[in-house]
Amino acid sequence: MSLKGRDVISIRDLSRDEIEEILRAAKRMIPYAEGRKSSHALEDRLVTLAFFEPSTRTRLSFETEVQRLGGRCVTISDPSASSMRKGESLHDTIRMLSSYGDGIILRHPNEGAARLAALASDKPVINAGDGAGQHPTQTLLDLATMQEAFGTLSGLKVVFLGDLKFGRTVHSLAHALSVFGAEIVLSAPSTLGLPAEVREHLDDAGARVTEVDQVHSAVRDADVLYVTRIQKERFADEAEYAKVAGSYRIDNAVLAGAKSRLIVMHPLPRTGEIAPEVDGTPHAAYFRQAFLGVPVRMALLSLILTGRAG
Amino acid sequence: MRELKITPIKNGTVIDHIGNGLALEVLRIIGIRELDKDSTVSVALHVRSQKLGWKDIVKVENMELSPRKVNAIALIAPTATISIIRDFKVREKRAVDLPDRIVGVVRCPNPNCITNQHEPVESEFEVARRRPVVLRCSYCDRLVDEFLTHLA
Repeated sequence: MSLKGRDVISIRDLSRDEIEEILRAAKRMIPYAEGRKSSHALEDRLVTLAFFEPSTRTRLSFETEVQRLGGRCVTISDPSASSMRKGESLHDTIRMLSSYGDGIILRHPNEGAARLAALASDKPVINAGDGAGQHPTQTLLDLATMQEAFGTLSGLKVVFLGDLKFGRTVHSLAHALSVFGAEIVLSAPSTLGLPAEVREHLDDAGARVTEVDQVHSAVRDADVLYVTRIQKERFADEAEYAKVAGSYRIDNAVLAGAKSRLIVMHPLPRTGEIAPEVDGTPHAAYFRQAFLGVPVRMALLSLILTGRAG
Repeated sequence: MRELKITPIKNGTVIDHIGNGLALEVLRIIGIRELDKDSTVSVALHVRSQKLGWKDIVKVENMELSPRKVNAIALIAPTATISIIRDFKVREKRAVDLPDRIVGVVRCPNPNCITNQHEPVESEFEVARRRPVVLRCSYCDRLVDEFLTHLA
């Protein structure tokens, strides 16, 4: 089994074995991600970052990771200055870019753009987010965080809290967790529940899924509490947003009855969902989670571009 | 006097067992304007059927359906059967069958899907469920269970 040359568009493209291989490689990458060791894994490799919508954090993160591995990158970060402004299709732009470098990392405002890019490119494409669609490296780093904390992904009880309707990270992660046999508990404001199609998909996959109104009781025997932000931009009017915003907040009082090993995760940025007082507790895993994105993406880049990692 | 509701055809296609009221949609898929001007198209609406209770029938002279059109018919009229007539005889008869992958037949209902952005690609769906039919966009994952308004 080799991931060399593979496109990574959706977490569903990866088998359980492949996900485990990436997570093992990510663990080996940690000293390189921290700068304690240096790597030349991507020496002589040129990666193209094609960012067709602004995302400074994701872009900087990928640029950092390519350079930590000794590779080089060229970046399109201003689509208005590119040939697409002149009416060139994404298909043709990607086809052209694929002849320049050894791989493409794509961020695009339209759902399905990464799948199209993978068809147009003869070099591997990594999806760094397409519209409200997939963001597989986020899912991988979420899994890496749980794997690091518990040494396994099987049998974990994971409570999802917040916007389960629009939060794409939740949909992809819930799918991946179902592959590993985790137990999934959903807690959302009534207007922001998991879409029926996602729920159906989980049920079809044989996932153990339950829904609760009150997060307090669910937290008691949970291993992971995964909190998401309510995205203001998803609401048509301010009043609707105000109604649900602030309807849940995790603080030390909520966590008082939790297992000592419970970890609290969040894809960040947070707004008010997790009180700053939680940061100082052993439960807080969200900053570690954000950091683990670096070794995870380094592992993925290395495996895809060279077939090896670490 | 013998009542002849629909005349036999020498060469062409008979689409039978179309769900009641769906014949006009089937005609839309066939694209009757593209037909040879000498071809007769017969349509029977609301015909007694043992299998379905009521059904529609479409007969088209001098035409055999492309696989793409058969796929579109399979989506909106899954009970239909297609008979190929040559020299007044039924040469081939089969139920419409939905393939696992459907290309260029249905538009993705997600306006933000890349296939709706003037890219040089055809829409593509995989069958997520067969009874009732639910398709999943191969690009954006959007599920579609209503096809009449989304035919490409």
